Amino acid sequence: MAQPPRITTRKRKIKGDGAWAYAFIAVALVVYAMFTAYPVVSAFIISFQDYKPLGSTFIGLDNYKDTFGDSLFWKSVRNTVVYTVLTVPVALILSFAVSILILPLKKWLQTTFKAVYYLPVVASGVAMSVVWLWIFDPLPSGILNQFIGWFGMDNRNWLGTSATSMFSLVLMAWLSSHGTSIIIYLAALLGIDNSYYEAADLDGASFFQKLRYIVIPFLKPTTLFLFVTGIIGSFQVFQNAYLMTGGGPDNATTMVGLLIFNNAFKYFEFGKAAAQSLILALIIAIVSFVQFKFAGKDVEY
Amino acid sequence: MGLYKQHSGAKPIRYVRNTAIVAVLLAFALATLFPIYFMIMSSFGDPVEAGAANYSLWPQKFTFASYSFFFHYSEYSYRWLLNSLIVSACVMVSNVVFASLAGYAFSRIRFRGRGALFALLLSAMMIPYQVTQVPLYILVVNIFHIQNTYGALIMPTLVTVYNIFLAKQFMSSIPKEILECAKVEGCNQLQIFIRIVMPLSKTVMAVMAILTFMESWNTFFWPLLVTNTMDMQTIQVGLKNFRFANTTYFAPMMAGATVSALPMFILFFSLQKYFLEGVTVGAVKG
Repeated sequence: MAQPPRITTRKRKIKGDGAWAYAFIAVALVVYAMFTAYPVVSAFIISFQDYKPLGSTFIGLDNYKDTFGDSLFWKSVRNTVVYTVLTVPVALILSFAVSILILPLKKWLQTTFKAVYYLPVVASGVAMSVVWLWIFDPLPSGILNQFIGWFGMDNRNWLGTSATSMFSLVLMAWLSSHGTSIIIYLAALLGIDNSYYEAADLDGASFFQKLRYIVIPFLKPTTLFLFVTGIIGSFQVFQNAYLMTGGGPDNATTMVGLLIFNNAFKYFEFGKAAAQSLILALIIAIVSFVQFKFAGKDVEY
Repeated sequence: MGLYKQHSGAKPIRYVRNTAIVAVLLAFALATLFPIYFMIMSSFGDPVEAGAANYSLWPQKFTFASYSFFFHYSEYSYRWLLNSLIVSACVMVSNVVFASLAGYAFSRIRFRGRGALFALLLSAMMIPYQVTQVPLYILVVNIFHIQNTYGALIMPTLVTVYNIFLAKQFMSSIPKEILECAKVEGCNQLQIFIRIVMPLSKTVMAVMAILTFMESWNTFFWPLLVTNTMDMQTIQVGLKNFRFANTTYFAPMMAGATVSALPMFILFFSLQKYFLEGVTVGAVKG
């Protein structure tokens, strides 16, 4: 007979907890609904419209059709892919090599190097773009021109010609965006149990064999994580192109992110921008899905 | 450190190896730090136009003239710093409070719809920001009419999904027994959160606070969209305006860049541990 009341009190307790839980997540949910969920839904609607502040007209798939027929869109996709292919793998290899090199050092040296490599991440992107703008100064006295001058090369108009402008953005990415991945790699390296190396030592494995058969398999989840987030980030890249080259010369550095920005806030074609942003989201979703499908087979999350 | 041979008894080899490694790392560090060094060093030059300035790798002069040039460019330049500070501080506080509350609820309280709601939130992390930027701009500027206000700068990032995720990951490692004990003692969930969960989650809250503050201080895109009067711009947008208005003034531009980056450098060096920890907290559990 004592059973039923106890169940109800427990139930009430859980219910009371539920109310607290809803209260705790209320603000998060409201912010999410207002500033993420609503905009996403709204983006879908706008992408089918010729948007005007007072009375938009429904134009069906025209924005999408325009986009697919627009050679500039395809050029920007190609630029984005080139940028991604040049930056993401190199950044991964660089940060992997650096973290392997940091590993045998003493603790304080590890921390110092981690801090040093992370420093450019802390500096604001606008500040860094201002600095790099001067490094790429086309005059012979520009820093990079001075540097290649030591090797007997002629000075170049780094950001001003289509041949080198993309490379300039890539170079900037190479030298400023690996702090995070070095730290993540190092944390993963420190998480590998020593007994694996000891066993390998007993078998007489060399340094490179240990690297090949222990470290690389163990770091596969980390690599995949960095790879996927790197590609997602790279596809959205906007700021450096906007601040350094403005997409030029001749749209040689117009990435999809910048194209969407220009359509939206330079030409105020909101419908077209929304359609392009959804295409970008779809591309990113497909790319990440493919990566997880093929690379992440034996990775558990 | 088993990856490397221990070379027991062969100290010189190990010494040489480590020296070589440090040399390689140093070279790479120099390349990484060069832009920052170049920025700070050149900011102390004279505020003359670029044609008259020469870029040298070594400090030639030490004057604050370029800094005063930067601050005299606009009467609002101090205001930009203040705006950045206000916005970043508000965003930081609200993220720490609301993200840890939500993280606690999602990790430790069982309620109807928990899994579905959390999945819904997480899905937001996959959406590129370009998708939301246009509707968000319309919402803030055309519907709410709050451009050029702190509200517009702060509201969209009041609490980010990333921070909720961070808090949830951390809090799910708090031992269940402690929370149950508190409950038996008659604490309600708010009391549990304030008296037990918060003191135990100091690390993750510090990490959240720092990373959120940094992100908010450095953000450029959103303030650029929703502010068009000088007095409401943040330092990043202000710096961009300064750059476009004074394309030939080399040293003052560097001074401006230094001004915008320096607060973060100071924060970084004083709270380095949390910065470096913060990077891994979010990633390890992927």
